Amino acid sequence: MTTATTTADVRTELDDDSGTVWQRLARTQAVWILGVLVLIVAFFSIVGGRRFLSANNFSLISQNLAVLAVLGVGMTFVIITSGIDLSIGSVLVFASVISAKLMSAMGGDGAGVVVVGILAAIVAGAAWGWLNGFLIAMAKIPALIVTLGTLSAALGLAYVLSKGVNIAVDATSLTDFGIYTRIAGVPALPLLALVIVVIGGIALHRTRFGRHTYAIGSNQEAARRVGIRVNRHLMWVYLLTGLLAGVGAVMYLAQFGTTTIGGQSLTNLNVIAAVVIGGTSIFGGYGSMFGTVVGLFIPAVLQSGFVIIGVDPFWQGVAVGAVLIAAVYVDQSRRAAAQRGAKSTRKGRHNV
Amino acid sequence: MAAVLTAEGLSRSFGHVMALNGADFDVEAGEVVALIGDNGAGKSTLVKALTGNLALDAGVVQFEGRAIVLDSPAEASRFGIEVVHQDLALAPHLNPAQNMFLGREIPAKGVLGWFGFMDNKEMRDRTRTGLADLGGTVRALNAPVGEMSGGQRQQIAIARAMQWASKVIFLDEPTAALGVVQTRNVLDSIKRIRDRGVAVVLISHSMPEVLEIADRVQVLRLGRRVATYAGKDTNVEQLVGAMTGALDFQHTENAA
Repeated sequence: MTTATTTADVRTELDDDSGTVWQRLARTQAVWILGVLVLIVAFFSIVGGRRFLSANNFSLISQNLAVLAVLGVGMTFVIITSGIDLSIGSVLVFASVISAKLMSAMGGDGAGVVVVGILAAIVAGAAWGWLNGFLIAMAKIPALIVTLGTLSAALGLAYVLSKGVNIAVDATSLTDFGIYTRIAGVPALPLLALVIVVIGGIALHRTRFGRHTYAIGSNQEAARRVGIRVNRHLMWVYLLTGLLAGVGAVMYLAQFGTTTIGGQSLTNLNVIAAVVIGGTSIFGGYGSMFGTVVGLFIPAVLQSGFVIIGVDPFWQGVAVGAVLIAAVYVDQSRRAAAQRGAKSTRKGRHNV
Repeated sequence: MAAVLTAEGLSRSFGHVMALNGADFDVEAGEVVALIGDNGAGKSTLVKALTGNLALDAGVVQFEGRAIVLDSPAEASRFGIEVVHQDLALAPHLNPAQNMFLGREIPAKGVLGWFGFMDNKEMRDRTRTGLADLGGTVRALNAPVGEMSGGQRQQIAIARAMQWASKVIFLDEPTAALGVVQTRNVLDSIKRIRDRGVAVVLISHSMPEVLEIADRVQVLRLGRRVATYAGKDTNVEQLVGAMTGALDFQHTENAA
């Protein structure tokens, strides 16, 4: 570096942080939404008292969230690429039917049976994810259409395979794990979900794979021009999302001991809502795994709180809808303000 | 000095439009070549073809004397050829350092690197150095580039290309969005990388800029090269004449 000496003086002038850590955090949507969650929890704690604010209740909430959280990991990646996956609920049902059928065909409760059941669900989920990815990245069909198609097809095939009759899981070691196993007092399924969320968050925020995910959602053409293999990357993202739906299927079977063919029709929308409430931009390029977790808790806490304080729980749907729209509105107007004020705030920052 | 990149008889048509019609081009290591021409003369098409962004109907591209096929931007990058597009090709949600190293992230040291973790500190330091070399006005290395001014974004795109171009750098209207001081800095930077032995191809509409900095000027008209002048021997009238065809000359190819 021959220019080292001349650069040194300039470098002191180049200040690489735009505000303190806290200022930067405060600018992220996820933190605002966390504030909303805290307010909701505080409200129900005051009104509902100990019945709401108890380890038992929160353990229940986390049980209900475990499967959605695993699906949310994949959905966060998908939405950050500015894609969408409507098929995850159907893929989950399909994978659970395949898994349950295989396990009941093998019979008994051996470790081999459970392992086969788990692998079958994961492979079935990944297969649908691969198909989604192939049609979106290679055949260039819009993600909305592809996954609307696979939503219908996967559920249809699940009905064909099961003849519309739910299949019970006899492998009690799997269901025992889902229902009774606790690790350090925490139920096993939420803990498993937490591990997957943390791994997903690290992959998204810390690795090259995650960086490329943001880049593709931000400016796909730019990503292509710097040599990122965009199509291959998108295939991986959808494949992993399908695979995680397969994992969700296993968790679902472990939790309920049976398939629920008709019970996942709103799963996709619930997960998408959680991701978006958590501040991930539906237009791609922006979002966080932490936000998705917060976005999952808001509907779940509302549901639980309404039941406890005796409000008709159907109001939960209304409240979540309002929060969803408000979250996107706030996010958009903040970003519009940032665009308008880009120059003046930078000047302001420079003075600080 | 031998040409680092040459093109002969490049043709490319879009429907009925011949964007390139047997165009020739050459640039040597350590020189600045200005590529000028009226709108629609084929400048951008030529640059796209020479940076792996466009397939050709006919013609030969040679890199250091060997015929090559540039079928992707990544392929061009492997030869040390970089380009600053007019649209800059930045990811607006990512910060300057992330953009600078996009697709070429520095892996973290040791085992973590195998898992795709990145050395963000090293990338940030090198970004800061690169921007400082350019005498830039980019201050916030943590802010998304989408929130920055057009000039700042342009500096980031230029710094990125300069960081990676070991052989040839194409700059498509690099100073269009810049103020006086930043334009000065970009021109100085161009001289600096030329002195490092890199071939610089500058596309510009600013004749004073071209005359100041170019060692040679190549003029495109209607999809082919119609003239090549030595930068120090030419003037605005001559260049404009060649661009518009007002000067109908017996080729001055030997002027350089």
